[in-house]
Formats: sequence, C-alpha cells, structure tokens
Amino acid sequence: MIHPIPSGTRDVLPDEMRELRAILAAAHGVFDAAGYGEVSTPALEYEDTLAIGGVGGALPAYRLFDEQGAVLTLRSDMTVPIARLVATRFATAEPPLRLCYVAHAYRGVRPQRGQSREFLQAGIELIGAPAPEGTAEALTVLCDTLDAVGLKRYRIGLGDVALYQQLLDASGIEGEPRARILNELVTRDFVGLEREIDELRLDDAAAIERLKRIPQLRGGPEVLARLDGAGHAAAEGLRSVHALLEPRVAERVIFDLGLVRKLDYYSGAIFEVYDPTLGVTLGGGGRYDDLLGRFGRPLPAVGWALTVERLHIALAGESSPGGSDSLGRTRPEARSSDGRERTSGPGVRSSGEEARA
Amino acid sequence: MSALQERLTIAVPRGALMREALDLLDTIGIDTSEVRANDRKLLFEEVGIVTMRPSDVPTYVEAGAADIGITGKDVLMEQSEREVYELLDLGFGRCVMVLASVAGDDPAAEALRRLGVMRVATKYRKIAMAHFERTGRQAEIVEVKGSVELAPLTGMVDAIVDLTATGTTLRENGLVVREEIVVSTARLIANPVAHKLKAAAIDDLLERLRAA
Repeated sequence: MIHPIPSGTRDVLPDEMRELRAILAAAHGVFDAAGYGEVSTPALEYEDTLAIGGVGGALPAYRLFDEQGAVLTLRSDMTVPIARLVATRFATAEPPLRLCYVAHAYRGVRPQRGQSREFLQAGIELIGAPAPEGTAEALTVLCDTLDAVGLKRYRIGLGDVALYQQLLDASGIEGEPRARILNELVTRDFVGLEREIDELRLDDAAAIERLKRIPQLRGGPEVLARLDGAGHAAAEGLRSVHALLEPRVAERVIFDLGLVRKLDYYSGAIFEVYDPTLGVTLGGGGRYDDLLGRFGRPLPAVGWALTVERLHIALAGESSPGGSDSLGRTRPEARSSDGRERTSGPGVRSSGEEARA
Repeated sequence: MSALQERLTIAVPRGALMREALDLLDTIGIDTSEVRANDRKLLFEEVGIVTMRPSDVPTYVEAGAADIGITGKDVLMEQSEREVYELLDLGFGRCVMVLASVAGDDPAAEALRRLGVMRVATKYRKIAMAHFERTGRQAEIVEVKGSVELAPLTGMVDAIVDLTATGTTLRENGLVVREEIVVSTARLIANPVAHKLKAAAIDDLLERLRAA
C-alpha cells in the first residue's frame, strides 16, 4: 500500500540517516570545541510570541489552534525562537552567550518548485558579542564546521546590509525612490537598479557610478581596497571584520557588496555559503543587533544556519569523480580545477569516520 | 583563477531570440557555428552552450545547470519568484505586452461596465493579474497554451493579454491594441552562486557585452 506524505517532506532511511549523522557529528564536534551549548526549543510556538521578532522572508506558513483557541505556529527558523529563549531563560546571564542547535524548521513552498516544507538546520547564535569581533568568531566557527563536515571547495559570501543604505544616505536618497531602489537590489535586478538610479537624474556623476557599480562588486579584499569616498566609508564594517580573520578563514571569503538576505532582522554583516557543486546556497546568517531588544534583552548578536540536507548534497557532489552539479551532471570546470582535492576527497563516508575519530 | 579558466555554461533561448542571441555571442568571441549548424542538438559542451525554450532559461539558471542565460523580460516577469540575477538589458528582441480586444466597440470595457468583470485569455497569468490589480479592475484570467488570438474570436473571452512585436498577428485576427502594459527586451541573467564563484568570468563577459 502506498500512503502519501505532503510534498516537500520526506522519510529518511538508514543509509541516508547514517550519512546525515556523520555530518551532524562533525558539526557537534566543532560546536563543543568552540564552547557553544546546544539548546532545543519547541517546534510549535505562539504566533504572537514569534511575531515579536518581526516578519520577513520567513513568515511562518503553518498555523493551528490549541484547545483554548490560541494560534500556534510551526517555527520558520531558529533565530527568533532563540532570541525569545535568551530573553526569557537567560534574562540575567552574563554575555556573551554561545548557543547552538540542530533543529527542523518549516516554511511554505511554492507549487512545483521542489522546495522543502521541513528542513534540518544546524547553526549557532553568538549573543552579546558585538561587531567586528563577534562576526569574526561566527565566521571562524562556520569555516571550522564546513571543514569538519568535509567540504573542500566551499566559499563564504560576506556582505553588509548597512553598506548600500549608507551609500543612499550619502546621496540623500529618501522615501519612495529609496524603497524602489532597495526593492530592485533585493530582487537581484541590476537592470532595474540602474534604471531607478537614472530616473533620479542626480547631478553628481561619481555618486551615480557609486550607486550603480558598488552593489555589483564581489571578490577578494581588493574590492574593498578599490573603494574611495563614500564607498570607502560604507565598507568600514567589512574592513574591520576582514582585519580580524585568520588567513584560512579570510581565503574562503568572497566580499559581496551587493549581498542582501530576505530576513528582515539582519542589521550588519551578512553571509551566505556556496559550493561549486550546488546552484543554491548551503546556508547563511549575519548580525541581528536589534532582534534581542524586541524581546526585551537588548544585546548585539550574530548567527548562522546551515541546511543539513544541502550539505549532504554538496558533499556527495564534491566526492563524485570529476565533481558534478545539482543535477548529477559532470561539469567541465571541475576537471580543470585542483585534481588533488577530488582524488583524495574524503566523501561523505570518510568525513564521518574523521568526525568519529 | 583567471577568467579564462573559469568556464561558463550559457543557456541560449531557441525561437525568436535565438539568432540575435547567437550573433551577440559571436561578436564577443564565442564560436556559435556548431549551434547554428545543428538544429536538433541541445547541448554543446565544447562551447559551453545549452539551448532551450525561453521560458525554461530561468529554471536552468536558477538550478545552476547553466551559469548564465539569455531570455526575455516577459519570461522573467512571469517567473518573478526565480532566484536569479538580472545583469544586463541586451536590447534586442523588443516586444510589447498588450491588452487587445476585437476591433470596434471594446467588448472588454463593455463587460467591465455591465458585468463588473472581464474575461481575459493569456499565456502570462501573473503579468496580466498584476496589471489588472494595479489598475483596479476585476478580471477573470483564462490561461491558454496556444494561439491566444483565437480566444476572443470564439467569444470565450472579452480580451487578451499577449506579447506582440509588430502587431501583425493581432491585425490579421481583427484585434486592436487597447493598452500597452510593458515593453520587453532580452536580458542576461545569472545563477546567484555562479555570480559569486565565477565573478571574474561573468564580469569579463558583461564587460564585453556592454562594449559590443
């Protein structure tokens, strides 16, 4: 008999579970060593409580009523529940707090897009550690985790949500035009972004160039060095983080001056994790210095989450001969890149062995 | 890694945009002769080109099966939920999304006045719905896959929303343009991960396309 389960959910059988376990064991090893204590929160929360965290791209999609008629919702991420937990259970604890989690989160899906309603996240929250030191620590733990999991070719995109805002401030762009420009940036439409900036008919040619070109810059530290004037000032946050990164972390970082993330609680540095074997991000995070304050415990904070299923796919992709993309198709550039990494690549199985060792 | 070593896979649209897309790639030094000579083949690994219908380009690019792609703005608007970067307006393939109905007294205006709602056939459900919402009119969208012009002629709908380049097909079917909704041209799009990991190659290509 075939009994269906909802689209975007799945059963995990022992072969896959063993490999996911190995990934999680590796992650836990890093979290433990870095002093992050694991927490667990309920999958169901009061809608009103989570709503304090504000709404963004991860609007809770599933709601139900309890016996008294209160509206419960399935959490859409772990950052907001942990902000709630810190305000409630660590109301007087001396910061910084280092917390980690492995938990399922739930999001609505668009029909026929192959998206997951339920997905497993592994992540950390570093609370009470301001920029740039806290950001640098979070990035270091992120690299350690990805290394321990066994990924060789990952990169971390590092941007700053305040950067473009500062450029708009510098040119005095406010109100409706500002909202339209930011919308083009969020929807990744540089054609629209340039059109909106042209429509402002600014006199300052340097400002026009800055507003159009800076969000399209990405690459190594040289992209920060190339900035001058208002651009240089706006990138101060990124430079100060970069100055604190160890070389092994810094070499993984791609500065991305146009990076944006959907969740609206981010306030400073933001990051995304990429692997050449996958067309989508493996996870991401950033600073959310205002979120804890909404719950009554104003503390600067930074955190990130990796989607465990995607780590698994990327690991499988990296360890397959020649490297392959998300469709399992061998990609030409994988053959031309560093062959040593692949022939000796640990793959999913051996990364687990490393983690258990 | 230099731009030359980073190979890009380009999704090229078949159909109306194909010839100009290939011409453009030729001018920036990508040899497309094999693609032109081979009408059936879809995957050209040597030159890093995959060909597909325009509406599939965002799908392949979003998934990372192609790093960059060329498709119409109409397709991007209709699939606005796709997570791809829109990098450049390539300028060619210009056409207009219009609201059209049978010549003479506008049956759509008549329907709206007397029935409070008009029936509109289209292949572009999202663009049409957004347009009517923006202009404060109720419309019942009838999605069709083939020749949209047929729908008002049979009386199934009061109007159509469709893409037109020259207006010839509309005219031949006795339809007149009532409103222009949006102008569409070909766009260059990129996968968000490739946009970071192959930044040098993509920027190099952009540079050459801007100069072309």
